[in-house]
Amino acid sequence: MLEIRNVTKIFNPGTINAKVALDNLSLTLNDGDFVTVIGGNGAGKSTMLNAIAGVFKIDAGSILIDGEDITGLPEYRRAAFLGRVFQDPMMGTAPTMELEENLALALRRGKHRGFGWGISKKERELYREELKKLELGLETRLHSKVGLLSGGQRQAVTLLMASLKKPKLLLLDEHTAALDPKTAAKVLELSDKIVNETHITTLMITHNMRDAIAHGNRLIMMNAGRIVLDISGEEKKALTISDLLEKFNASSGNAEADDKLVLG
Amino acid sequence: MGFITSLLNAMPGAVAQGLIWGIMAIGVYITYRILDLADLTVDGSLCTGGAVCVILTLNGVPVGVAIVCAFIAGLLAGLVTGLLHTVCGIPAILSGILTQLALYSINLHIMGFGTANGSKANLPISVDKYDLLLSSRFVRELSFRNPLIILVILFIILIPVTYCFFGTELGCALRATGANGNMARAQGINTNLSKVLGLMLSNALVALSGALLSQYQGFSDINMGRGAIVIGLAAVIIGEVIFSKVFRNFALKLLSAVFGAVIYYIVIQFVLKLGLSTDDLKLLTAVVVALFLAIPHFKGKLGSGKVKKAAGKETGANA
Repeated sequence: MLEIRNVTKIFNPGTINAKVALDNLSLTLNDGDFVTVIGGNGAGKSTMLNAIAGVFKIDAGSILIDGEDITGLPEYRRAAFLGRVFQDPMMGTAPTMELEENLALALRRGKHRGFGWGISKKERELYREELKKLELGLETRLHSKVGLLSGGQRQAVTLLMASLKKPKLLLLDEHTAALDPKTAAKVLELSDKIVNETHITTLMITHNMRDAIAHGNRLIMMNAGRIVLDISGEEKKALTISDLLEKFNASSGNAEADDKLVLG
Repeated sequence: MGFITSLLNAMPGAVAQGLIWGIMAIGVYITYRILDLADLTVDGSLCTGGAVCVILTLNGVPVGVAIVCAFIAGLLAGLVTGLLHTVCGIPAILSGILTQLALYSINLHIMGFGTANGSKANLPISVDKYDLLLSSRFVRELSFRNPLIILVILFIILIPVTYCFFGTELGCALRATGANGNMARAQGINTNLSKVLGLMLSNALVALSGALLSQYQGFSDINMGRGAIVIGLAAVIIGEVIFSKVFRNFALKLLSAVFGAVIYYIVIQFVLKLGLSTDDLKLLTAVVVALFLAIPHFKGKLGSGKVKKAAGKETGANA
């Protein structure tokens, strides 16, 4: 489904601040995989997702989706294949536009945008139904400006926008990290529901080891721009947090695991 | 009494000028409010519109065609700024300044077309010899030549068309680009294309405004666009400060920019009649715009101050 082949990304090359963010990284996802990604700060998790989304050009390697090489495509063209939710709840929606206008933008992802109406009457019914499923009471607020919604509501809307037009790959970049625990749990539950119902192949970054174990069918751990652990199936189901910590220390050669990694 | 009569006498002219600048204000609204870009190209493209319109009319082109050509010239000016910004990666404000500067020379050459040295700073056109669309001469006349009537008809067409455009998929893409570029790209919108299109559309409207202004006043002049961006911003902001509570619909917001331009010119007439020298107009304009830009900022500060005061009173009462 997704193939990352020997991808390298160096930030600030040739300067004293040069940082190898992705180091000859390779990863292959199968159709319907729900992969959780963990790793310390600066391990390259977000860089990997941004490389897939085309936020910057990679220095070496190639990225393929369903066999199609997307390495040279600009960010907006890759969007046709991708649904994205960001860490910052403000990043995924247009605050000055109405809720239904945001959803209409998402429904047209990957389509040519011409002089047809930006939103049609029959779409509204679809939006109302989909918003109802979020159970946040947003189905009555189609005409509200998204900037008036809370962070949790906006993140739920972003999630809906990412999946409204089914993408080939869903990229969740620590999308619950900026929310309070209760809202985070709700958004995570929602993500689980959407992925399980639609079987969208998903990459989800999390700082929370418990979440990484509880969700998805596969878990990868990154360190210094490489994948140091890749566990799936029965082996993943049997994982415990202490297992994971031990493996983290062993694979990274780092005696002290990052506090943030443990406590999330 | 004499003061009021002379002020009232000046009103039709002020309103007509305001309406013409209102077209320009809609252009500024598109870049400043919708795309969230400060585009200084307009100081040059306003004159480009006037110059193209006048030189073509003088050379026998029908005035309608000349106005369309002015519109196209504005599109091109916006295209240059857009490409400098998106393809060459130059900050928007600098791209606009560069195009504006280049247009100064280009405008001189447009107006000097066919002359010995190919450059001219002022180009008169007489409504007696040419069949112009509008002229200040008829501003008090009760007929369809009255520029006020022509301009109102123009807005009855222009505002709905602009409103509908921003309701299309393409128009929504432009709005999303200005509201949150990151999100727009994630939803598959080519934000660079949106910006270029927005800048083109904006400058085309500004050039149209310049074309009408040059006909109205009977000449195009190399300095007619100097400080235009500030007048455009003044119109947008005055309109917002006065009408934002009532005008929430997008079409009405465009209209409020037009009203803002009219109010601006009425105020200018007022202070001129009070005895202000025309030499000091730019200074006054800058002060007025600075004030109106500052009002929302200070309103915010005052708001939080009230809460603090109230909280202070409460503690006082408790003690």
